[in-house]
Parts: sequence; C-alpha cells; structure tokens
Amino acid sequence: MDAALLEVRGCRQAYHKEASADLVVLDGVDLTLREGEIVALLGRSGSGKSTLLRIVSGLLRPTSGEVFWRGTALTGPADGVAMVFQSFALFPWLTVQENVELGLEARGVARAERERRAEAAIDLIGLGGFESAYPKELSGGMRQRVGLARALVVHPELLLMDEPFSALDVLTAETLRTDLIDLWVDGKLPVKSVLMVTHNIEEAVLMCDRILVFSSNPGRVASELTVPFPHPRNRLDPAFRQMVDDIYALMTRRPAAVPKAATEAPVSPLAMALQRVGINLMSGLMETMAADPYHGRADLPALAGALQYEVDELLPLGEALQLLRFAVVEEGDIMLTEGGQLFVNADTDERKRLFAAALRAHVPLVTMIRQVLDERWNHRASAVRFRDELEDHMSPEYADDTLRTVIGWGRYAEIFSYDEEAEQFNLDDIE
Amino acid sequence: MSVTLPASLAAGRRLPNVWDIVAMICVFGALIAVAHVARGTMVPIDAPGATEVSLDPMRLPEYAVRTTLRMFAALLASLIFTFTFGTAAAKSRRAGLVLVPILDILQSVPILGFLTFTVVFFMNLFPGQVLGLELASIFAIFTSQAWNMAFSLYQSLKTVPADLNEATISFHLTGWQRFWRLEVPFAIPGLVWNTMMSMSGGWFFVVASEAVSVGDNTWKLPGIGSYVALALEQKDISAVLWAIGAMLAVILAYDQLLFRPLVAWSARFKFETTAGATADDPWMLRLLRRTHVLQLAGDGLGRFAGALGGMRLSFSHKPRGVMTRKPSRAVDIVCLALLAVILIWIGYEVVRFASEKLTWWDVAEAVGLGLITLVRVAVLMVLASLIWVPIGVWLGLRPVWARRAQPVAQFLAAFPANLLFPPVVLFIVYFDLSPDIWLTPLMVLGTQWYILFNVIAGAAAFPGDLREAAANFRVGGLLWWRKVMIPGILTYYVTGAITASGGSWNAAIVAEVASWGDTKLQAHGLGAYIAAATTDGKMEKVVLGVVVMSAFVVLFNRLLWRPLYAFAQRRLTLG
Repeated sequence: MDAALLEVRGCRQAYHKEASADLVVLDGVDLTLREGEIVALLGRSGSGKSTLLRIVSGLLRPTSGEVFWRGTALTGPADGVAMVFQSFALFPWLTVQENVELGLEARGVARAERERRAEAAIDLIGLGGFESAYPKELSGGMRQRVGLARALVVHPELLLMDEPFSALDVLTAETLRTDLIDLWVDGKLPVKSVLMVTHNIEEAVLMCDRILVFSSNPGRVASELTVPFPHPRNRLDPAFRQMVDDIYALMTRRPAAVPKAATEAPVSPLAMALQRVGINLMSGLMETMAADPYHGRADLPALAGALQYEVDELLPLGEALQLLRFAVVEEGDIMLTEGGQLFVNADTDERKRLFAAALRAHVPLVTMIRQVLDERWNHRASAVRFRDELEDHMSPEYADDTLRTVIGWGRYAEIFSYDEEAEQFNLDDIE
Repeated sequence: MSVTLPASLAAGRRLPNVWDIVAMICVFGALIAVAHVARGTMVPIDAPGATEVSLDPMRLPEYAVRTTLRMFAALLASLIFTFTFGTAAAKSRRAGLVLVPILDILQSVPILGFLTFTVVFFMNLFPGQVLGLELASIFAIFTSQAWNMAFSLYQSLKTVPADLNEATISFHLTGWQRFWRLEVPFAIPGLVWNTMMSMSGGWFFVVASEAVSVGDNTWKLPGIGSYVALALEQKDISAVLWAIGAMLAVILAYDQLLFRPLVAWSARFKFETTAGATADDPWMLRLLRRTHVLQLAGDGLGRFAGALGGMRLSFSHKPRGVMTRKPSRAVDIVCLALLAVILIWIGYEVVRFASEKLTWWDVAEAVGLGLITLVRVAVLMVLASLIWVPIGVWLGLRPVWARRAQPVAQFLAAFPANLLFPPVVLFIVYFDLSPDIWLTPLMVLGTQWYILFNVIAGAAAFPGDLREAAANFRVGGLLWWRKVMIPGILTYYVTGAITASGGSWNAAIVAEVASWGDTKLQAHGLGAYIAAATTDGKMEKVVLGVVVMSAFVVLFNRLLWRPLYAFAQRRLTLG
C-alpha cells in the first residue's frame, strides 16, 4: 500500500527570454502522489499549477527536475494517465460515443471491446441515452461528463483534472463534484488517484485529501495541508468553514519579503506586475465594503460568497486596492483605509483626482509614462517600448496585462490618453 | 446495451425500395460513361474522331460527360496535391518556409499563359496519343484548382485548437491518427468550400484548354470547351446557346448531386460549440440516407475509412508529446544555404535567358500594358462595388431574400464567363464599338459575384441590435452607410474583393482578346500581350508577361487588400 504513483522532484519550468533572465514559472516543486488519494493544486492564476499538471501528464518537459511515473522517468504521455480539460476539449465532429472511444481506439482496442467499455463509462458517468448526440447538442455540464467518461474509459491509474468545473455554472459544478466524489467513495471510479488543479478553495476542501497551496511568481508550493474530514463533507460544518478561512488567510498572507529585500535594492518601476482589474470593479467593491453589513471590514470568504466571486477574481481586486492604499488585505480579511473611505464618499471628479494621486504615489510605471510624455516635444510615446521593457521583468502575458491595466487606470485618472490604433500614449485629451 | 446486427442481416430486413433502383441505374450509368471515356483517351491522336468535334447538339451530352470527367480528374489531382503539399507546408517548419511563399505566388500567377508549353510537354510524354492532350488539359484545370485548396488545408492545420491537440496527445493518438481524427475533420468545412470555388474556377480553364493549337496544328479534344471554340470559329450562335445550356445542366447537376450534400455534411465538422440554426438537408443527402443500398455502401466505406484513420501508424518513434525540443540550428543553416544556392542558380538562369531574348524595352512595354490593365481592373472593381454592395446589403438584411439569392450568386460565380463572350463580341462588332473600352466588362463578368455573395453574407451577419440602435437614433442616408453598414461588412467585402480582383487579372488573358469567326477584337493590355505571345509561340514574352502580371497582382494584394483586411479585422470586428 501507499506506493508512490508519481514523484516530482526539484521541478523547475522557465521560459528562455533573450537579453534577460529566464522567466521562471515554476521553481523547486516537489510532489509525491500515492495511490488512493485526491490531491488539489490550489493557487491563483499564473501560479504555474496548470503548467505542473502538463508536466505531470507528459505534455510538457520541465526545464529541470525529474518526474517519475511508477519509479521510471517520464519521457512523454504515460500510459496510465488521462486528462480532463477545463475547456472539455471534445471533438465537435464526433458523437459522445466516438469521443469516449477515442482513447481506446488510439490504443488499438478492438471494436467490440471498445463499444462495451465506452458504454460502461457512459452509463457510469450518467450519460446513458446521449451516446449518439454531438457535443454541441449538450449543455456544459453534460459536456464535461463526456470529458470525464473519455478519461475514465481508458482505466487510468491517475486522473488529471485541469480546473474541470470552472467553466460551469455554480449548480452544475456542484452536482458534478458530488457525483464524482460519490463514485470515488463507492470505489466505482476505475482510477487509483486523482490530481486536480483548481483556484476554488471550497472545491479543494470539499473534494480532496491533500491540498498543495501555490504561491505566485514564480510558482512554488507555499504550504501543504491535509483535509481530515471524511466524505461526504458538509460545507456548513464549522470545521470545514474554518479550514476554508485558514486557506484564505494563507493565500492573502503577504509574500514573505525575503527574496525581494535581499536581491532587489533598486526596485525598477517596471518590475511590478499588475493583474487586469477594472475601475468599476474597484469602486464597486469599495462601495460594497463601506455599506451595510461590512462597514469597512469584510471577511474575504464571506464577501466572495455574497458576491458569487471566486478567490481568483476577488484576490487580485483586493490586491489592487491594497497597492493603491485604498484597502488593506490581511489574514483573510479586507479593510477599507481612510483613503478608501474618502474615495467612496467623493463625486466623480473628486474620485478621479484621488485615484490619480494614488496612482502617482504608488504605481511608478504611470509616473514614468507621464514623464516620458512630458519630455517629448510631440507628447507621444509608443506603448511597444514600455511593453518590451516590462517583458525584461516578467512573462509576455504578464507584461501585456500590466500594460493594459495601466492604460485603463491612467485613462480614467486622466494622466494620459492612449491611441489603440497607433499603440501610442499621448496627452491629446488631457486638459 | 443495443445489439448491433451484422450488416448483411440488417439489410435482409429491408426490401429494396424505388430509390435503390434509381440509385443502381445512376451508379451503373456513371461507370459505363467513365469506361467509355477512358477507352477514348488511349487511342492514337490521328485516329478518326479522336480530336474532332461536331456542332451537332446530339453529341453535347457525351461532350459534357467528357468535360466533367476531366474536371473531376483535375479535382482529384488537386486533392492529392493539397494533402501532400499543404500538409508538408504546415507540418515541417523548414518546408513551410519555402512552400508557403511559393503557394502564395502560384495563387496569383496566371497559368493560362503557359498552356501551350504544358501541352508540348505532355504530348512529348505520350507521343502520338490522345492521353497527352488529355493530361495537358487536366493539368491546366488543375492549376486553377489546387492552390486555394492547399492554402485552405494549410491554414486549418495551423489553427487547430490547442486543447484538442493536447487531448489527442494525452490520449496517445499517433501522428496518423491525429491527422485523420483531428486535423482533417477540422479542415473539412474550409476545404469543401474551397473545392466548390475551385470547381467554378476550373470551368474557365476548360473552355480555354480543350482546344489547343501548337504551331500549325490545332487539336480539339471532344468536350464542351472545344464545342464552344468551334462554334465561335464557325459563327454558329445557336451552337453557342446549346453549349451554354449544356453547361448549365452540368453545373446544376454536380451542384445538386455533389456539392449541396457535401456542404450540408461538412457542417458537422464546423468548429462551434453551440448548436446553430441548421438548414434542411438537401434532397440528394436525403436520397442517400433513404436508399438502403447506398446507405449500406456508405456505412461500409465509412467503417473502412474509420479503420484506416484509426490505424496506429506512427511516422516518428519519438513521443510527440514533448514539444520543447529545440530545432537544430545546424540543419537550419544547411537548409538555408542550399536554398540560397538554388535561388542564385535560378536567378542566374533567368537573367541569362532574359538577356538573350529580351531588352529593357520589352520590360517597359509589358509594365506599361500592365498599367493599362491595372486601370481596367481598378475601374471595374469600383463599378462592381458601386453596383453590388447596395444590392448585396439590401438582400442580406432580408433573411428570406438572402437565402434565395445566396445560391444564385454562387451559381453565377461558378458559371464560366467566357461562354458569355460571344454575345458581347457580336454586340461590339455590330455597333462598331471600341474594344479597349467594351471588352473590359468581360473581365468582371465571372468575378463580380464574389463581391455580391460576400456582401450578402456580411449584411446577413450584421448584428441586429446595432441595426436597431441605428434606427433608434434615426441614423439614415449617407451617415448610415458611412458609420453603420460599411464598417460592419468591410471584412466580408474585402474577402470578396480580393478574389474578384485576382480573378479579373487572370481573366484579362482571355477577355482582352475575343474573336467571332474571322473578326478578331483586341484591346490594349497585358492580357492581350500574353495571349498574342502565346499564339506566336514566343516563350520569353509569355514568361515576361506572366511575371509582370504576377507582380502586379502580388503588389495589389500586399499594398491594398491585405492592409485593408488587417485594418478591418482589427478595428471593425467585435471581440
């Protein structure tokens, strides 16, 4: 018993970037997966958890580090591993039955055997009667059931799931989760172990035996938790709630400033990555927090529940407010600051002024762009240049997000204008 | 679990119906026709009747069958080319580096100019046999069909959704299985559409390629094209009308029998995850589904194809999943060096050849004539747009009309415009008009429809809420066109206009020269230049003319249409 199914040691994934340091997505990740457990990789978007899943599945080879599948090094997609995709990845031209048979066909299973096993998997997952339907005739939940059946039919030892329920609505996702757990508890799932990626804390606590919490940039395993509750679990159980709260606190804890303080003496204004957060969302959240029942202080899990937000959506929002000193996020709570209160009570013009002041004080990139514009005789500057400079410090996607965010914020605060067609900053509409 | 009966048993339960008998007659009829034509191609070239046509309308059905078979032979060749060339270009980075630009240029080269030389080549392959002529004709048709089909496959292969690709890898599909389970199905809708377009384009070449003269010899392969050529020579207007009728019948037949069902079938492979509105099955597809014999044959074929595509063939022993393999720079350098050597050699040969036979004066003349043709094409595009954009928008905004008009426009695009030349020539001769002006409309006769049906499609897809918003704010008149409709349909319009303008250049070779019996009308232009050089057998001038024309087309595309399209894509589409 407890034989290690999968072992990842010292895994590092970096994308080589010319003329600058490598962009590290994953760093120093260790993971051991034993038979009979469901493990969650929990983290924010960009924490490299999906990358790790792809490395485990053999779709991607890590830059360095080792992956062992049943004791032997992994060189490609392993035989006993099947994957469920976030986007379902169903073939629109194949029927449910044909989609499910795909993996068997690839293994050269004879036709009759194929049909028998596909039928069994389809019935198991509750798709009976839909065999001849095409994916486009199905709802999202039914489609993901096809994705599950397709993975289960090959009787994988390890089932990988990449945010399998995040494209579904709340009710459908819940049904699918409980169905899956029921099958698992009853021993009906033809798998030995499950590894799933999620950014939904409750989902992880509800389904998994172990949770690896990832920190971002670069992705590392920040902590590992064991979920002690037996199935079926009750979301309203105080112990369950406490665990969710604890994980929230864990994920909102300030990243230990150790590596930064030590290495980055002169912090470049371009080293700050921003996630795409809109002005309306920010002011909306501040208004909500200022009003009943929060009065300036809210428990993040409760707030997320009330707003029907996932941690992935709420945390960046909170962090953006924190960056601008409109709020403070701490140990799973978010509190409005004095500046935040001022903003809530202000009218439109005053809000813009406050926002502009906050930007100039706390987002050096905005100040830098404005400075460049002021210096130029024609008050124009190409965005490409800033993007390139950002890319020296972060991945291209991050650089793009950061630039887009800064453009949105700067436009709102009327610090600069932006011409999308020419990809140019300018001062045309300013004063 | 349902019990699957063996096919033979299942068949025993159903008696043959009327459709089975109809289907049998059709299948055997087709087989006999193919056999008959195949026998005809093996005879010596001087055998009686081998290269003669008569204007007797009773012979037309036979000619129509022979012409159609030529077209399908060319289509088969095009498909083979597509699956080899297109796949190679998409799958191998190094091959793509060379093959994609080649394809791009080939698309714009008017191959019609080379007809004489390909005929000589194929006749030398099979001296004294009709087969050589047949192959030359098929090759000419092939050159009009293959490029856009290959391009379509290439583009599909390059845009296969990443998650499906990952799914095939993680489920251990081999390269062969992935090709047939994922890549080809994904490419099918585009390929079917382009095959249809190719068929239309092919007609133009049929008429030009069946009757060929090399030096003093003129051969006429039995077919509709030769029939038309002879009718023009003998000034037989009723024969021309008969030929038009026959061609209409053929186009209607393969449109209804082949392409409607194909398009309906290919809708299954459209990459969309929501169920859209589906049109009724065309009658032919219903027939196929109702006819037991054909259905069984189809099922069998499907199973066979499925088994073939499902074979676990693999072309490389490396696991395909690991994609972080670095391309070898050394091999890259060797490839590029080899390419450079070949290019230098070709360039040297071209310069040597050109400097022997051509002067700068010749080049200047060709470019000057090219400019004249350019003016023609530009004027025609403007005129065609002024006429067809408003009509297309009007039709497109009325769903009922759009549904009716769309197949008609497509049919008109398929109709070979050169068949309509004789009446126009008659008209010009009768009124003694200037060929320089009045031959010009012939160039867009066949190609203007691309503008029309693309605009119809664009207007039909125009978001209803935007129309309502425009109406709500009382946007009308010129403002409505400028701010609402034209930006909304620009991507569609440009797509149609690219095809139309490219086609017009090609048509210039045929349209700038027209004849009726002994009367020869000639306009000034690059097309007429190439046509004249072809008749005179002056290889170097043909090459020059074709190169100049290709350059014009490529420049036209690069400097006008592509930037316009990119702009429309970037700015005028939502999301």
